[in-house]
Amino acid sequence: MEGNHSHDHHLGFWRKYVFSQDHKVIGIQYGFTSLLFLLFGFTLMMIMRWQLAYPGQPIPIIGSWLGDDRAPQGIMLPEFYNQLGAMHGTIMVFLGIVPLAVGAFGNYVMPLQIGAPDMAFPKLNMMSYWVYFMGGVTMLTSFILPGGAANSGWTSYPPLSDIATVGQTVWLIGMVFLITSSLLGSVNFIVTIVQLRAKGLTFMRLPFFVWAQFVTSFLLLLAFPPLEAAGVLQLMDRLAGTSFFLPSGLVVTGQPLNVSGGGSPLLWQHLFWFLAHPEVYVLILPAMGIVAEVIANNTRKPLWGYRSMVYAAIFLGFMSFIVWAHHMFMTGMGTIISTFFQTTTMIISIPSIVILTALFISLWGGSIRFTTPMLFALAFLPMFGIGGLTGLPLGLSATDIPLHDTYYVIGHFHYVVAPGTIFALFAGIYHWFPKLTGRKMNETLGRIHFFGSFICMNAIFMPMFIVGLAGVSRRLWDGGAQYAHAQPVLHWNEFMSHGAWVLGVFQLFFIVNLFWSIRKGKKVEENYWHATTLEWATPTPPPHGNFVTVPEVYRPPYEYSVPGAKKDFIPQNQPMEA
Amino acid sequence: MELTHAAEDVKKHVKVYITVFVTLLALTIITVTISYLNLSVVPAIIVALIIASIKGSLVASYFMHLISEKKLVYAALGLTVVFFLAIIFIPIVAMADRIH
Amino acid sequence: MEIPYTIKARPDTGLINAKLGIWLFLASEVMLFGALFSSYILLRVNAVEWPHHVLDVPLATVNTAVLITSSITMVMSWASLMTKEFGKFKRYLGATILLGFVFLIIKYFEYTHHFATGEIPSKSTFFAIYFTMTGLHGLHVIGGMIVNTYFWGPGSKMWKTEPERFTNRIEVAGLYWHFVDLVWIFLFPVLYLL
Repeated sequence: MEGNHSHDHHLGFWRKYVFSQDHKVIGIQYGFTSLLFLLFGFTLMMIMRWQLAYPGQPIPIIGSWLGDDRAPQGIMLPEFYNQLGAMHGTIMVFLGIVPLAVGAFGNYVMPLQIGAPDMAFPKLNMMSYWVYFMGGVTMLTSFILPGGAANSGWTSYPPLSDIATVGQTVWLIGMVFLITSSLLGSVNFIVTIVQLRAKGLTFMRLPFFVWAQFVTSFLLLLAFPPLEAAGVLQLMDRLAGTSFFLPSGLVVTGQPLNVSGGGSPLLWQHLFWFLAHPEVYVLILPAMGIVAEVIANNTRKPLWGYRSMVYAAIFLGFMSFIVWAHHMFMTGMGTIISTFFQTTTMIISIPSIVILTALFISLWGGSIRFTTPMLFALAFLPMFGIGGLTGLPLGLSATDIPLHDTYYVIGHFHYVVAPGTIFALFAGIYHWFPKLTGRKMNETLGRIHFFGSFICMNAIFMPMFIVGLAGVSRRLWDGGAQYAHAQPVLHWNEFMSHGAWVLGVFQLFFIVNLFWSIRKGKKVEENYWHATTLEWATPTPPPHGNFVTVPEVYRPPYEYSVPGAKKDFIPQNQPMEA
Repeated sequence: MELTHAAEDVKKHVKVYITVFVTLLALTIITVTISYLNLSVVPAIIVALIIASIKGSLVASYFMHLISEKKLVYAALGLTVVFFLAIIFIPIVAMADRIH
Repeated sequence: MEIPYTIKARPDTGLINAKLGIWLFLASEVMLFGALFSSYILLRVNAVEWPHHVLDVPLATVNTAVLITSSITMVMSWASLMTKEFGKFKRYLGATILLGFVFLIIKYFEYTHHFATGEIPSKSTFFAIYFTMTGLHGLHVIGGMIVNTYFWGPGSKMWKTEPERFTNRIEVAGLYWHFVDLVWIFLFPVLYLL
């Protein structure tokens, strides 16, 4: 008898809901876990922003809960600020965004969109989630250790990270779990997309969302291992007394370190950024995939330049591996190697622009439905545009000199990730909610969530360019208050902090909407959005095995408003007229 | 994996496996012997890496059946080779091209 | 609900899922060890001095032969399943596992000898990278042995019910094991001979 038999009858509670091998359950598990982590990471930032707005002032309400080793008399210690900073970044990137964009959306939607009954390796999929969960728990427990959580930035540069408190060791262990989870997941995704596509679903008929996940998986597969290696080396430095990253003659608080020396801090940077640069494309590609689906669906038109977008995504993925040292322009690299990286970095902006432009042009002549998902998808375009454009001076080694490690960098990457990726993820939640639940989320609450978030995010991140151009460094626990050059722009800190706290209030509209709509949302018909892609051809919610009859694909992914057709959309699995 | 034309095919393969095995052992002895000649650094590295590459290719091509693998696997591995070369060579070039 | 292409290959790709999966996993392992080799290069080039003749070359040569032999016994165990000779399969896979033990035992003696003479990872970047790379490789050997032992023992029950699927699993396990041998083929000259 052929195949992998899943005993989907009479599964107990634990096998059905906790240790499920069904990609949809796993996707939802990833979804809720990652949203919780996003909320936690966001909360960390809201606490940081108090210190930035009012340095040295006792934190209201929670200040007294933090304890004397974090905030004596409620006043944040610099060491605690550094923990918040390092963990905010780590949690948002590794525990929040990637698990949501890839683990949740990828897992739930991709097999449906390719007409598959599940992932190629359902057991591996289940393990991926639980290893991620363990990694997350590990990361969080570091907060209660002596010395607190990791505090050397999400980038963990040695020598500082080598000699940092025990939380850094736990960070490294957590990263090993997370990287393992990602690697297993990426193998699963690639094999699933290659092997389990329905009949007739050629690569060039794949929804762009699937292409995005496909390229993303290659990035995770091949870029993460060097960071795993680096993590092992740093663990050796911290636990076995090696000097992989410790140069000779290092003196710490007046005492020479009793190690062999001979190591290189730059080695860490190369290995770290070899992953961390492709990682940012892991952050953006699934988002572009979601935006593409939402735009095609809500303009009632095929995507403009689908083929170009696909080639651009592939080229982007490839180039992402050879730009990494643009994060290292200030490490003393010479002109030849700097020119190499500057050139590849400029080249990589091209495919991004191709994709963004194609999405913009896709709006032209469309019958735009301004639904909540579409609002988020539309806003993604200019926001990602700002994020991308502000990256250009960072990618040119000369202009990077005054901007490196300033708030300008923070503004740049937050534009891409926050009103960029996170907006796309919101669009995806509002868009696919009816698929999971048979109900829609409330439009009014959705619009409030959107407009509030859009305004607040710009209020937080736009001033960062101003502050950064004035020369204020990142990772300063008092926001630059001690520096003369920061004085003219210091007032922005308070403004940005208020933006952050108001942004938090607007997320309540989303949280309430999400949970309320699961139970009480307006019930809607199957394929509520009148979409063409295969995920909408299953019952709602999709049963174990997804499709009642094995689907066959006859058409490209975005057959909207086809001249002469009866309806303004034709599903991919609708046969051609005889 | 097709078990249909198993037996005769496999017997042919076994001959190849044994040949490869003997070659691998021989190359191991050769590379160790050469190391005792104490060549200078650059020739020593080149020779050792060439021999190791031959050994590795034999294991990959015949024990791992790469020589008769499908295009998709070649494509994935080809991509890997490119990035492998990037991680091996670019950091050391970056270190060499340093502002002094 | 059945996942297709777990036993029969998908026509247009010519692959079963697990075959593609293991090659992708091995690709990631190439990047893992590649990063460590890159670290080795960087550390050695930056080093003021680099030790020679501090490692036991004859012992490691034996170990190299051990792993190479285990590779051929591994592929022979798969070939035996292809010719439906289950007894031979068990003997060859058993030999593979035993040779794995021999490798680890030799490594154990190597390590303890170094520790006894104060040659521990923290002594120098040479020993740091030596222990880290061979240690990580050793962990991969252990992992492979656990999988192989499972397939030699309880896992081999599948031969009676789904022989083709079991044969595929042994092939996939073999690919992983050969890769472990392949890494050592490069580790040995780099660490011991150069």
